[in-house]
Amino acid sequence: MSSDAVKKITFRVQRFDPEKDRKPHFQEFIVPVKRGTTVLEGLLYIKENLDSSLAFRTSCRMGVCGSCGMLINEYPHLACHTQLEEFHADRLTLKPLPNMPIIKDLVPRLETLFEHHKSVKPYIIRGDNAEMEKPTAGYIQKPHELDEFLQFTYCIKCGLCIAACPTSASDLAFLGPQALGQAYRYCADSRDEGQDQRYQIVEKDHAVWNCHFAAACSEACPKGVDPALAIQLLRKGVAAKALRVKKTTAPALLATSLPQAKPKIDVPEFTVKQK
Amino acid sequence: MADKGPHQNYLGMRGWIWAGNYKLERYLYLLHRITGLGLLLFGLFHLTATTIFRVQGQAVWASTIDFLDNPLFRVGEFLVVAAFSYHALNGLRLIIQELGFALGKPVPPIYPFTDAIRRKRAWTLVTLAAIMILAVAFFIDFSIGGWG
Ligand code: HEM
Ligand code: FES
Repeated sequence: MSSDAVKKITFRVQRFDPEKDRKPHFQEFIVPVKRGTTVLEGLLYIKENLDSSLAFRTSCRMGVCGSCGMLINEYPHLACHTQLEEFHADRLTLKPLPNMPIIKDLVPRLETLFEHHKSVKPYIIRGDNAEMEKPTAGYIQKPHELDEFLQFTYCIKCGLCIAACPTSASDLAFLGPQALGQAYRYCADSRDEGQDQRYQIVEKDHAVWNCHFAAACSEACPKGVDPALAIQLLRKGVAAKALRVKKTTAPALLATSLPQAKPKIDVPEFTVKQK
Repeated sequence: MADKGPHQNYLGMRGWIWAGNYKLERYLYLLHRITGLGLLLFGLFHLTATTIFRVQGQAVWASTIDFLDNPLFRVGEFLVVAAFSYHALNGLRLIIQELGFALGKPVPPIYPFTDAIRRKRAWTLVTLAAIMILAVAFFIDFSIGGWG
């Protein structure tokens, strides 16, 4: 397609209005698209020109906020991060993410995702409460320690992994790949001391042992987070602790407890005159 | 009256079978579940045949064996062996990988993204090929009675 050629694509969109409808139905819209048009731009076109009542979520339109997750041709995508060209088709079917209730049209209710996320204590926990309340310095972390969990920090909580997960499909109480992945992300952080607390949460029913490693979550993740890997590594930790073979490492030190590092080369004089 | 409030959209057991256009590994999970349940079914059937029918004496046992001696059950027997090979080998893989071994380390997410299980795709294919070769050999040797 040359850059300004316009093609017409049919958007088959699942509609559901809880005020009026008993169950979802489909409605078709013809959307003109150019090279590079994203699915989100198509939806915005519909809302602006064809049917202002169409409901969908969007905010950043750059794959960062995690608002626009939906099923596009039966696969979970971020609408803003998906160009129409990649489907090589004249028709596109859009549905809300499954495994969570529909609020309206393409808007899923993400409450359970956030509740489950909160339940695994997704923050650094330290024994030293005073330091947690009023931090005096940062913690020291080496690059190889960062590598242990960096991949898992890219989660944008869009819910695509939950839509993909066969366990989330039938077990409503299952914590899900998002929350379990984040539980590991914090347990693997060398600055954290909250492993025991999180292990107690994830070793219960409907949690880490309910993953069957279909790894659809990792396939669907738009940010390359690989929650399935995180869950298996979390299991390794939980199992090692139960078998009492877990290596314990001292948590990261506060940056102040190191002698002040000396720069290897002399810091040059300011090149701009100081006022 | 339309029902107010959010519409439930859980895929339920249907989501075990099909949740979207996923690739190979998503279906190894499904096959593991199907073969597991199949083996359970076979186990019950097998136990029934070898206990309840067996204890009723030689005549009943002989007629049971006679009844089972037909191509349908021979294919069934083959499927049990194929299912067992898959379930056992994939089960060993799951035991190892579900405890976090043989998956490699986290990698920085640089586009195009990969994930741990799909970086092992070559191994998956080799194992599947081995299972299929064994299954074909068994089929020829036992189910249709030799190499000709
Ligand atoms: C060498 C023999 C076997 C091995 C290594 C093995 C291994 C496994 C493993 C690791 C799982 C859990 C998979 C997961 O996380 O989803 C599993 C599930 C299961 N197995 Fe086996 N198994 C074996 C034999 C059998 C036999 C003989 C039966 C039938 C009686 C059976 C029936 C099942 C069933 C019904 C499931 C549940 C399936 C699911 O949850 O998806 N297995 N097996
Ligand atoms: S609009 Fe923010 S991720 Fe798509």
